[in-house]
Amino acid sequence: MHIVVCTKQTPDTAAKVEVKDGHVTWGDSGLVVNPWDEYAVEEAIRLKEKHNGKATALSMGPEGAKETLKTCLAMGCDQAILISDPALKGSDTAATATALAAAIQKLGDVDIVVFGKQAIDGDTGLTAVAVATKLGWTPLTYLSKIEIDAAAKTVAVERSLEEGKQLCVAKLPAVVSVVKDINEPRYPSFMGIRKAAKAVIPTWSVADLGLDPAKVGVAGSSVTWPEIYPLPARESNVEIIDGSPEEIAAKLADKLIAEKVI
Amino acid sequence: MANIWVYIDQFKGAALSASWESLGAAKKLAGDMSASVTTLVFGHNVESVAKEAFEYGADAVTLCDDGTLADFRARPYAALLAKLAADSTPDVIAAPNTTRGRDVMSMAAITLNTSAIADGIALNYKDGLVYVTHPAYAGKLLSTVVAKTGRSFHSQFITLRPRAFPKPEPTAGKSGAITKVEAVLKEDEIATKVTGYSIEEGKVSLADAKIIVSGGRGVGGPEGFAPVRELAEVLGGAMGASRAAVDAGWIPYAHQVGQTGRTVAPDLYIACGISGAIQHQAGMRTSKVIVAINKDAEAPIFKLARYGVVGDLFKIAPALSSEFRKRLGK
Ligand SMILES: Cc1cc2nc3c(=O)[nH]c(=O)nc-3n(C[C@H](O)[C@H](O)[C@H](O)COP(=O)(O)OP(=O)(O)OC[C@H]3O[C@@H](n4cnc5c(N)ncnc54)[C@H](O)[C@@H]3O)c2cc1C
Repeated sequence: MHIVVCTKQTPDTAAKVEVKDGHVTWGDSGLVVNPWDEYAVEEAIRLKEKHNGKATALSMGPEGAKETLKTCLAMGCDQAILISDPALKGSDTAATATALAAAIQKLGDVDIVVFGKQAIDGDTGLTAVAVATKLGWTPLTYLSKIEIDAAAKTVAVERSLEEGKQLCVAKLPAVVSVVKDINEPRYPSFMGIRKAAKAVIPTWSVADLGLDPAKVGVAGSSVTWPEIYPLPARESNVEIIDGSPEEIAAKLADKLIAEKVI
Repeated sequence: MANIWVYIDQFKGAALSASWESLGAAKKLAGDMSASVTTLVFGHNVESVAKEAFEYGADAVTLCDDGTLADFRARPYAALLAKLAADSTPDVIAAPNTTRGRDVMSMAAITLNTSAIADGIALNYKDGLVYVTHPAYAGKLLSTVVAKTGRSFHSQFITLRPRAFPKPEPTAGKSGAITKVEAVLKEDEIATKVTGYSIEEGKVSLADAKIIVSGGRGVGGPEGFAPVRELAEVLGGAMGASRAAVDAGWIPYAHQVGQTGRTVAPDLYIACGISGAIQHQAGMRTSKVIVAINKDAEAPIFKLARYGVVGDLFKIAPALSSEFRKRLGK
């Protein structure tokens, strides 16, 4: 069983993100494994442990993204690969999926690819399905439970919908995305950190993936982001309501009814 | 004439409110583009949804009623959408940014060699293109996203955030022409089988709720959610929670609001015993009116709130419940 987990490096969630000269900056705050992906990494490791398989962490990004891949190794992934190439800069979902799918195909024997629900920088949540589509594999999104039947080459899952859970069975290979209640991500072990520090992480370029540079990056993207700007500040003049609980309740009820939100 | 399609997300034959909000957004865009609006209704036994679509403003309905579409699965739905889009290349295809809406739109777009634009909160038409405003970086920034000109496939696929656009008023009895189409895939061509559901009937979903009452670490334990739940019920709203309360095991994850929970945008959000950490804000800061109930006058939630009560939620929430019970005649 070969499990691939796709992760992205994102700014630390507490980082003060700003826009300077049209570029997004976050000062000297650190970069981390995209928070949603921690659940994907944990699930990949659990699946490989259960099925005596192999877990590969895959990321696309600048050279520095090797740091987050090292976190994945320290948690327990067996190997990590970085897709990195200046030609990939500015890739939209389709172009990103093209590169990730090519890398998964290059790995060859992959049974399941695990994603987090979305990346907290772009916040689109479309990439897992896009990769499944490029590969022609089954997409299964927002999973809170994954049970693989290795002999039958099927996977039984529980999906989180707006209304509750949907239970499905699908054929492998599949591309899945997971939500937070699937597991509790582990902390990297001391041994894991030492091993990861020494690990060599191969970098695959667009040429290594056999891709036409015109199919990725800005050239291969069908959408662009002409503008990025801070959220307009919320007017913060809070009106404090005081009195006894009963007085507060009455005053607040008057106000909320006047606001027409009740 | 320009043409806008709206994909109607439905579950077990009932359209989500977010579908009609998307239809409303499309109608407004259609005004700017001089376009007509066609809704796509896919499912099984969903003819009533097609009727409803006209009442909410659709000019035409394309209906596919088929057993293979009884349960949502991305592939048969996306294959159908991609085929219809390839045949008629509408200018815009909009869908609500729900779990199903995102799946079907992403898959159909990629099938046609283009990218979907996700989670729009505003639409602007300029020089033949639709500019979509999309929150990024956990809601800290906004970006404008637009399809490039001269791309290989003409239609722009756009998903729209639930509750970011007003739901139109339906006009009873309005009707129009329904075009029936066939499903593209047969059951044996679909690799996924739906084996069941576990769904609490009658529960208000966070995504759709007009009113949300949330509890945080301040509720102190699983029982502490009782006054929060009571207030939510009196107001006919849904119950939310902070991650701290979820991580403590006091309440299931399905209730979590925030960066790693659900993004919500109700008319009214009442935060009880929630400090208002940036990750919690990421999920609720676009709520119309925020009320904070917190013992600590310095809690960051008060920076966001329209109304604040500095006090004990165990005294304030029950007082609010009984006040509203009186006012709402419950
Ligand atoms: C990667 C990452 C992702 C995260 N995602 C999320 C997310 O999706 N959602 C989320 O909510 N958080 C998220 N967090 C966690 C977030 O940083 C905060 O830890 C969390 O929101 C705090 O929850 P809280 O406000 O309930 O608890 P606290 O911060 O502990 O606040 C409790 C509040 O209750 C008040 N209080 C106590 N008793 C009472 C009382 N009797 N009456 C009134 N007030 C009282 C206190 O004054 C305090 O302000 C995330 C964190 C990280 C690192």
